[in-house]
Amino acid sequence: MFKRFVSLQWKSFFRSSSFGKSLIIKLVMLFFGLYMLSAMVGLGIALYFILKKIFPDQAPIWMLSQYLLYWVLAELLFRYFMQKLPVMDIKPMLSMPIKKSSIAHYILGRSGFSVYNLTALFLFVPFCIVLLYHGYPVVNVGPWLVSMFALVLCINYVNFLVNKNDKAFAILAGTLLILFALDYFQWVPVREFFGPIFHGLYQYPIMVIVPIALALATYYINFRYLKNRLFLDASLKTKSKEAKTSDLAWTKRFGDMAPFLQLDLKMIWRNKRTRAQVFISLLFVFYGLIFYGQDQFASMMPMLAFLGIFMTGIFLTNFGQFIPAWDSSYYSMMMSQNIPLRKYLESKATLISVSVVVMFLLTIPYVYFGWDALAINFACALYNLGVNIPVILFFGSFNKKRIELDKSAIGNMQGTSATQFLIILPVLGLPILIFTVFYYLISLEAAVIILSLIGIIGFALKNRLLDAITEKYRTKKYGMIAGFKEKEG
Amino acid sequence: MITAQNLTKKYGSQIVLNLENLEIPKGQSFGLVGNNGAGKTTFFSLLLDLIQPTTGHVENQGIQVNKSEDWKPHTSAFIDETFLIGYLTPEEYFYFIGDLRGRNKADVDQLLASFEDFFHGEILGQKKYLRDLSKGNQKKAGIVASFIGNPEVVILDEPFANLDPTTQIRLKAIIKDLAERDRATILISSHDLLHVTEVCERIVVLNKGEIVKDIQTSEETLKELETFFGG
Repeated sequence: MFKRFVSLQWKSFFRSSSFGKSLIIKLVMLFFGLYMLSAMVGLGIALYFILKKIFPDQAPIWMLSQYLLYWVLAELLFRYFMQKLPVMDIKPMLSMPIKKSSIAHYILGRSGFSVYNLTALFLFVPFCIVLLYHGYPVVNVGPWLVSMFALVLCINYVNFLVNKNDKAFAILAGTLLILFALDYFQWVPVREFFGPIFHGLYQYPIMVIVPIALALATYYINFRYLKNRLFLDASLKTKSKEAKTSDLAWTKRFGDMAPFLQLDLKMIWRNKRTRAQVFISLLFVFYGLIFYGQDQFASMMPMLAFLGIFMTGIFLTNFGQFIPAWDSSYYSMMMSQNIPLRKYLESKATLISVSVVVMFLLTIPYVYFGWDALAINFACALYNLGVNIPVILFFGSFNKKRIELDKSAIGNMQGTSATQFLIILPVLGLPILIFTVFYYLISLEAAVIILSLIGIIGFALKNRLLDAITEKYRTKKYGMIAGFKEKEG
Repeated sequence: MITAQNLTKKYGSQIVLNLENLEIPKGQSFGLVGNNGAGKTTFFSLLLDLIQPTTGHVENQGIQVNKSEDWKPHTSAFIDETFLIGYLTPEEYFYFIGDLRGRNKADVDQLLASFEDFFHGEILGQKKYLRDLSKGNQKKAGIVASFIGNPEVVILDEPFANLDPTTQIRLKAIIKDLAERDRATILISSHDLLHVTEVCERIVVLNKGEIVKDIQTSEETLKELETFFGG
């Protein structure tokens, strides 16, 4: 029986629509996959040396133990978004002569081999090898590795239990933030409290039974839960959340654009992929932290320009590059309804403008690293507003690939074509180039002023540009409608 | 008045639609029947300027649809579920269409109230998004949305498919009412010969993209159509 399940799984993987995609996208995905993999392995190897360097007088494994709690919580939080128990696939099997318990074992067992669990393996195995190389005893390292994997499995199964519940997310996020705050401001020594517990897993090899027992227990709870709910109307039903009708009356002040703005806001909020993009965009505010603090980057002005364009324009690129494919599932309605195309585009531009302003406001605290950062970010925000918004809308007219809104965001290449890769050049590359040229030719001030000026000029020409873009959309209309109708295999 | 002249649509060498001359006078309820691939949806798509004609053009009340967008305010359509916005609740969808057609909430509510029977308590106040409704209920929402804003031309592709018997009967009454009271031009395609002969004054049969019959509906029409499709 299990053999048959495995062969089904194999087929579903290799026959999935993502394998039928164009060669370029396949290559890009392969590249990213390999990149992630090697990054994980690299991090696993480097982890020992990093810890050794930061805390020279502490054993790396001890330091790692102190942070494991955060890893567990963060991983849970991450998976809450990303990983769902794939129950839908077994619908056709319910009416076949297969025991429910083996179906339940199958889905749960299969989830144990998910990519999420394997990445952890790719991190911890190299780390352990380095440990062994440095003379740490096998009797400790071996069981510790097993413990870590058992913990990963625990996270895996706990996630399925809490996933059905929105409160669980709030609690998780809350706990993580509170613990981190307590720790960071040194109110309560969270790390010192949990560190020894995790370190115990290393120190006393026999303790490995605890995570294993936990993993088995969570597996069993999941199994019990699932087995009793393998009915079409119970766990298998894709739950439809209770919908609230909202009128977003405050958008009325935008006049003619209001209906479209409302529509976009609802679209972003009510669909997985768009919602995830908002969260991801917001997270990228912290991207600067990686660079501003480091001396070798702080003086590299082109790098700061990149950060400015990137951070204030992250939503612009993420969301904007797929306009109007976001509306692809009902595009023929939009095109035959009483909708002026111009208003439609204007509302998109407004939405993105707001995002640029918000992202800029969020990056203001980077002034801590110097006024240069603020000035550059301001110029970049202006450039994004004036130039990049029309540019991205213009490139949108080349979009012909359908997007299913309710598919999850991560690794979702739907709607991606060569256009998306081409966009990066003008949107990211051009402003950085302009900035760099004027920075080296004249001065930082000149570069900032030039960038701002170009932005302001673009902003002043906004109406003219939008008119031209509208015309472009009009001529491309038929191709878009036809393209958006094609569903991927 | 809708006119199509020398209207053809080719995909490659295959002719999917070829209408030499078709005139649909204002206020007529017009039925389009034909087997799969006869060109019904192609004609409606051309009418809505969703695809480009290979030759010829369509005029909707004197406006050439692929030259100007001025036909949009007086025309509305429900072709398939791609005309629905899945992540809206039915109410939000109706208000959105209302906004586009210059109708405020109160106007839309008033119109919706008159469709209470048709909705059968399954559309309004369900706290569900359109994407979570059943196919039949989605269709009901789409059809009613196409009536918002007193359109002069209403285009419905296969409105009876997927509806339960009660709703089909109610829909017939609604369409007849719309034709008689509002003098709207109504274009319907259907596979259901009985329904279409009941609601339409005129029936055009398409076969492989060509008009093979153009009948003013009478007592014998159903028989005639059945013989045509049966033989």
